[in-house]
Amino acid sequence: MSGSTGSAGPTPAAARYVGQSVARLEDPRLLTGGGRYVANRTPPGTGHVAFARSTRARARITRLDVTAAAALDGVWAIWTAADLNGDVGSLRGSLVLPGGGGPPDHLLADGDVRFVGDPVAVIVAASPAAAADAVELIEIDYDDQAPVLDFETAAGRDDLVHPELGSNLSNSAEAWPPEVDEAMAGADTSVQAVITQNRQANAPMETRGLLAEWRAFDETLDVWISTQSPHETALAAARTLGLAVHQVRVHMGDVGGAFGQKVFLGREEFAVMVCARRLGRPVRWIEGRSENLTSSNHARRDRADVSLGATADGRFVAATIDHLEDNGAYSNGGSPGNGTMACVHLPGPYRIADVGWRTATVYTNTCGRGAYRGPWQIESVARELIVDMLARELDIDPLELRRRNVLRAGDLPHNTATGLTYDRISPSECLDQVAEMIDYDGYRASQRESRAAIGHAVAPNGGPPDAGTLPGIGLAVYVEPSAIGFGALATEGATVRVEPDGSVNVYAGTGSHGQSLETTMAQIVADALGVHPGDVRFHQGHGTPYGFGTGGSRSAVIAGGAARAASAGVRAKLLRIAAELMEASPDDLDLGGGAVSVRGTPARRMTVAQVAQAAYMRPDALPDDVSGGLEHTARFKAPPVTYSNAAHACTCEVDVATGAVRLLRYAVSEDCGVMINPMVVKGQIAGGVVQGIGGALLEEMAYDSDGNPLTTTLAEYLVPSAAEVPAIEYGHVVTPSDTPGGHKGTGEGGAIGSVPCVFNAVADALAPLSVRLTAGPLSPDRIRAAIVAASG
Amino acid sequence: MSTHDITVTINGATTSASVEARRSLADFLRHDLGLVGTHIGCEQGACGACTVLIGGRSVRSCIMFAVQADGAEIQTVESLAPGADMHPLQEAFRRHQGLQCGFCTPGMLLRSLELINDNPDLTAEEAREGISSNMCRCTGYQYIVDAVLDAAAEMRAEEG
Repeated sequence: MSGSTGSAGPTPAAARYVGQSVARLEDPRLLTGGGRYVANRTPPGTGHVAFARSTRARARITRLDVTAAAALDGVWAIWTAADLNGDVGSLRGSLVLPGGGGPPDHLLADGDVRFVGDPVAVIVAASPAAAADAVELIEIDYDDQAPVLDFETAAGRDDLVHPELGSNLSNSAEAWPPEVDEAMAGADTSVQAVITQNRQANAPMETRGLLAEWRAFDETLDVWISTQSPHETALAAARTLGLAVHQVRVHMGDVGGAFGQKVFLGREEFAVMVCARRLGRPVRWIEGRSENLTSSNHARRDRADVSLGATADGRFVAATIDHLEDNGAYSNGGSPGNGTMACVHLPGPYRIADVGWRTATVYTNTCGRGAYRGPWQIESVARELIVDMLARELDIDPLELRRRNVLRAGDLPHNTATGLTYDRISPSECLDQVAEMIDYDGYRASQRESRAAIGHAVAPNGGPPDAGTLPGIGLAVYVEPSAIGFGALATEGATVRVEPDGSVNVYAGTGSHGQSLETTMAQIVADALGVHPGDVRFHQGHGTPYGFGTGGSRSAVIAGGAARAASAGVRAKLLRIAAELMEASPDDLDLGGGAVSVRGTPARRMTVAQVAQAAYMRPDALPDDVSGGLEHTARFKAPPVTYSNAAHACTCEVDVATGAVRLLRYAVSEDCGVMINPMVVKGQIAGGVVQGIGGALLEEMAYDSDGNPLTTTLAEYLVPSAAEVPAIEYGHVVTPSDTPGGHKGTGEGGAIGSVPCVFNAVADALAPLSVRLTAGPLSPDRIRAAIVAASG
Repeated sequence: MSTHDITVTINGATTSASVEARRSLADFLRHDLGLVGTHIGCEQGACGACTVLIGGRSVRSCIMFAVQADGAEIQTVESLAPGADMHPLQEAFRRHQGLQCGFCTPGMLLRSLELINDNPDLTAEEAREGISSNMCRCTGYQYIVDAVLDAAAEMRAEEG
């Protein structure tokens, strides 16, 4: 096995499977009940974990009595902060720099509880039922304190979420040159808005969970876990437990969704590993749905004070954003927020010469913030909403206003006012394509007619209208920073091995959790080695080269680059060996259909299996400078960022009496470069769009005034069902990236663009009523209240 | 905790067992019988991941007690492909990418089978409305709808 980056073989691999909608290799087991989810593994003697959690948002624990619970039949252990907290190292994720700040590392709540759901005690019992019963018998008395719940006023409060930190302000940053204010003041027109996003939950169908087993005489911790990052899990586990990384084996089966939630280990997952080590037996925790909704992580709770200035003919001249994000009590992974990332992307796909931004992150006594599909997405929400508001102010159609400002091919490469450099993107082409797909001009014409027909009916006698539906159309355009590559994120590794019988194994540091990597990585390797994707098996977890895992729309570009480099190395060696055995030049060989043949003489041919057999079993037949075996390991180092882009358009109708929104059509034009598998790309877009529709219309993690979560089941936290969403229509523009293969990431984009697109469609429908919408979700009651307020 | 003796027919085979009164049907299938294809997504009857068929009707096995299933005929995802070939519905889900992470899939398949059995000529709207009982966080649902319609057509052709 060589450690170098592979070079291309004498004859470059031809794309046969890359670009095809190859049926997914993971599907047969998932469709037949054979998925390898962590809850399906129950070794004999497994202990089952439950957590006793705080029922108060901010309080001092005055009494904690586990006596009755410990006496319960089947309870093996109950531990609190006093038992465990001194026994563990840092709980921070790999992306948090030493001295990077953040809240204290509390494995379990120690004296103070800081949100409803804060884990206070961990129970290990003979069955999940016994563990749940024990939770009920733990007695906790609290001295309640006034909770910090409103993130917009948290920074000024003397009540502190973390008294150790001396402030509720976690971190802040800004870049607001004085000329921005001058440019804004000089604009012919400017519009301002305060936009707040609703608190949301990732809500994967499979909750978090892990099985940990400490093998005392092997001094090894085996972990089966629902994760996006098996290597991050191993590193964090080793750091926390004081082990070497080679003492931790993280096994990865199937993962039932994550969307950012399962990148970093949570406190509960660390606690389970500590319990396993103390007890010396398998210990498993499968998170309950209410725990997942209230205690894993929340996201999207942002406020953006946004301004956009333009000339009288609608040329953007300046934009500003003053951004505030709610970090909750403990952010997932211990990392600070995404504020800077959000703010520097404010200009998005438009030419804006002057941009100022400021961001701050505050702690509150709520569930901590974590990554959720496009964590910086507030930039697109703020920008695309303010663009539509400016369009209405200037009485210029929103599509026309975007066309006057959108970056065109001739503008590239483009340096944004915030210091980004865009190239190889196509926002104007995507905007034009999506406008065509949705028949934008035709829709506007019919909308004018229907508005004229119901014009007087919607505002009888000046009171709020109480009948009829209003049609609306919305747009959103964005540039997505995919496959961000710095530090731990910059590289991924892969090993490709042709076994002695010609079958192929691929080992990667990824954490596929629905993204189809088992198929797409096999497509890349199959092309390089001239075999069928079905001849390639893909492996993750223990034994694979280090990688940060799957998230941040990174795997197609970075893991794909590693698989490509590793398989190129194997290809070169395979051709070299075949050339020696067939007494030909490697340059004269063709590789395809599972065989190597001499070009022009197809009868001179060896199967890949025959070459592989020789590589392992006939070392004397190999060239003198070629070692035996047929495998290669490579690492791919990604550029700092690979930009993809898209434009969304949707139509809706709003029932003015009830405030109900019905989405009619939804179209996406996306440029993710060269598609490995178009079917998979569409699936990623579809899933993201529907999550964004949920965020715009339905989903809100709500708290009462004492800090009690109100949406604790999936009957209250409203994930979209099939009945609430339309079919998605797809258009593609293909601008290859400058990475090997020309791919770009596309995992998050759908969820970034759909929130502002839906918002703009609803606002467009209600524009004749002068309704202004700046806070989600756009639930019927919120829309009806806005209609009533606007007519009052 | 009291225990009760029950007899059920699961995927065509009759089984007798003694279960705790509070044992859910989902836990009985998964832990006592090893039929782990039935997934548990919420244990609150909201998400539909644990859907099984009892007498051909979809049931949320997480909010039904095992004792309530005494005497019932139960069908789980494991019944769909008893041999080497997948069921036309499973093949259609694969062709149309009606799944990504796969966690909702067993419940979605059984609910879809019930819909097709009830109405082999179902429309896209009926399929969409019908599967709205089951949550999926990955696919956005359209490809599931496409798979259900395609499978229904194929199953009609096989019947015909």
